[in-house]
Amino acid sequence: MKNTPTKKSRRASNGQPPQTDGNAARWNLRLYVAGQTPRSLTAFKNLKEICEEYLKGQYHIEVVDLMENPTLARGDQILAIPTLVRKLPQPIRKIIGDLSNTERVLVGLDIQPRNN
Amino acid sequence: MIKQNRRNRPRPLDGLRKEPTGIPGFDEITRGGLPSGRASLVCGSAGAGKTLFAMEFLVRGATIYNEPGVFMSFEESSDELATNVASLGFDLNQLIEDKKLVLDYVFIERSEIEETGEYDLEGLFLRLDHAIASIGAKRVVLDTLEALFSALPNEAIIRAELRRLFRWLKEKGVTALITCERGDGRLTRYGLEEYVADCVILLDNRVQNQISTRRMRIVKYRGTSHGTNEYPFLIDEKGFSVLPITSLGLSHKAPTEHVSTGIERMDNMLDGKGLYRGSSILVSGTAGTGKSTIGAHFVDAACARGERALFFAFEESQDQIIRNMRSIGIDLEKYVRKGLLKFHNARPSTWGLEVHLAMIHKTISEFNPSVVVIDPITNFLAVGDRTETKAMLTRLIDFLKSREITAMFTSLTSGGHDVEDSEVDVSSLMDTWLLVKNIETNGERNRGLYILKARGIAHSNQVREFLLTDSGIQLVDAYIGTEGVLMGSARSSQVAREKAADHDRALAMERKQRELRRKQELYEAQLIALRGQYETERDALLRELEEEKQRQREMAEQRLEIARLRRADNGEVQLEGNGARKSRKGTVAR
Repeated sequence: MKNTPTKKSRRASNGQPPQTDGNAARWNLRLYVAGQTPRSLTAFKNLKEICEEYLKGQYHIEVVDLMENPTLARGDQILAIPTLVRKLPQPIRKIIGDLSNTERVLVGLDIQPRNN
Repeated sequence: MIKQNRRNRPRPLDGLRKEPTGIPGFDEITRGGLPSGRASLVCGSAGAGKTLFAMEFLVRGATIYNEPGVFMSFEESSDELATNVASLGFDLNQLIEDKKLVLDYVFIERSEIEETGEYDLEGLFLRLDHAIASIGAKRVVLDTLEALFSALPNEAIIRAELRRLFRWLKEKGVTALITCERGDGRLTRYGLEEYVADCVILLDNRVQNQISTRRMRIVKYRGTSHGTNEYPFLIDEKGFSVLPITSLGLSHKAPTEHVSTGIERMDNMLDGKGLYRGSSILVSGTAGTGKSTIGAHFVDAACARGERALFFAFEESQDQIIRNMRSIGIDLEKYVRKGLLKFHNARPSTWGLEVHLAMIHKTISEFNPSVVVIDPITNFLAVGDRTETKAMLTRLIDFLKSREITAMFTSLTSGGHDVEDSEVDVSSLMDTWLLVKNIETNGERNRGLYILKARGIAHSNQVREFLLTDSGIQLVDAYIGTEGVLMGSARSSQVAREKAADHDRALAMERKQRELRRKQELYEAQLIALRGQYETERDALLRELEEEKQRQREMAEQRLEIARLRRADNGEVQLEGNGARKSRKGTVAR
């Protein structure tokens, strides 16, 4: 279920064909936003850049707009907007803010920078 | 503002619209409840009862005023909350099912969170908004909103967002209650009172002499008058109750109806009518003088009249009182079974004074008695000093009077003190003061009962001897005479002495009467004898007189005869008429 985006969530289009079913995304990320605010757009843009750079081909982003779907805020205990939830790999991690601090995002997602 | 569709609610006394909480007592001290459509703050240290207060605000709102509510908890999960308040008789799950309540548990684990730039708390707003919209909530509780400060790293953002949140709540028109942990030297740890400034309630749980007392104070309430004192409150199986007892004054009514004390002769001492209904009676005395027994008589009489009576016993258990009173012929058990009499037994040291007052208040409100006995009030000194105890009793008496309950208080005077020392200095508060005194004479102790005062009743000023018999209390006239006041065996020997003296006097009277009778008989006998003598003498004299007359008649006849024989010239005709004269003449002539 976690891999299946809900009807109302939008699948992120990262310009590339989505991952095949057999090779499921190792990184399942969910970005919670509330409407198309500049901050949400920034967060999405930042997230996509980071994913493209570090997780190319192994990630799946689901954007949940709480304006449309407020009940979903409860499940992941969302307070701050935007919040990025790393659903997979486990354990769940939460990153709040517009993701402008790449270093902290990497720490938060527990991604080793490529040069390491 | 929110649409008004409200019935059966107390009208606020002033301009500000208020939302009744339904919490007993609270709406009285705030004159209507929490400010409607605004946010209020309830603060207090851990365990002060904030969550419960907030929860009861919602539950009562949903059940009494039909106003759905949202409870957003930052500390306890929904299940925990439901379990915790189930003990107070609140069925949260049912309310949730009925769409009267939404519980939203907001949980943030700081270690899971990484801050990576700017954010806001729109998620919280959306959750709250959704919860409010889903049931059309009118009331919102945010239980320990300050948890945000420990959950999220950026205090500046939180503060800005909280400001926005309170504004938003106001716009929503919901009546919000926000709980806050008490900070060092300030009301809240993070200074939330700066944002929520309309109404601030402080809950407190103070420990004094190892006894804790819960108190509530309205620190501020913008735009309205409110009680400013600290009010004790209780949390028990029925939830929260605040006791607005201090708000009473001297404006109670004074009924003119009388009630019996249950002891006939005591009623007689009280102008033959007994006590005024709604008055307060102090029964003071040293140990073992029968104060509780007077109390038992009092409730017994009330129950016999079919009234409800409440007996607060701070020294004995219910069974013990029933047993002891049965030994003097008072059967209280039957009234307990009938539901007319209720005992409330507790050790004074169980709670603080305020809680005792609160318990008494609550028990009275629930049972609604017309007669109350508190036995004894002196035991409260174990948990408070004289001033506090007096203050507490003053409030209690005011409360009882306002409900026109006749109350009897017993007070133990310890041996060394002046017996007229009422220990707690409450005698001035009382309308009637009975003093039971042990009077020690001739090596024995006897109980004497005085009425020291009885406001508005022409009472007896005499001491009565007070006996505990198989049929309850008996008041006996103490012997008051030249020998002083005598009681007990001295009284009975005096009575015996008097009886003997009376007997002697009676005998003497009898003797005198006998003598009188004898004398009468004697004189009567003499009278008869004299009369006899007189009659004898009279008869003799009468006989002599008769004989003399006879003789004279004979002599006259003789003379006539002689004259006839001598052929006297006066004719026959004159014989009858003049003969005698003539003869008399003749006699005279002779």
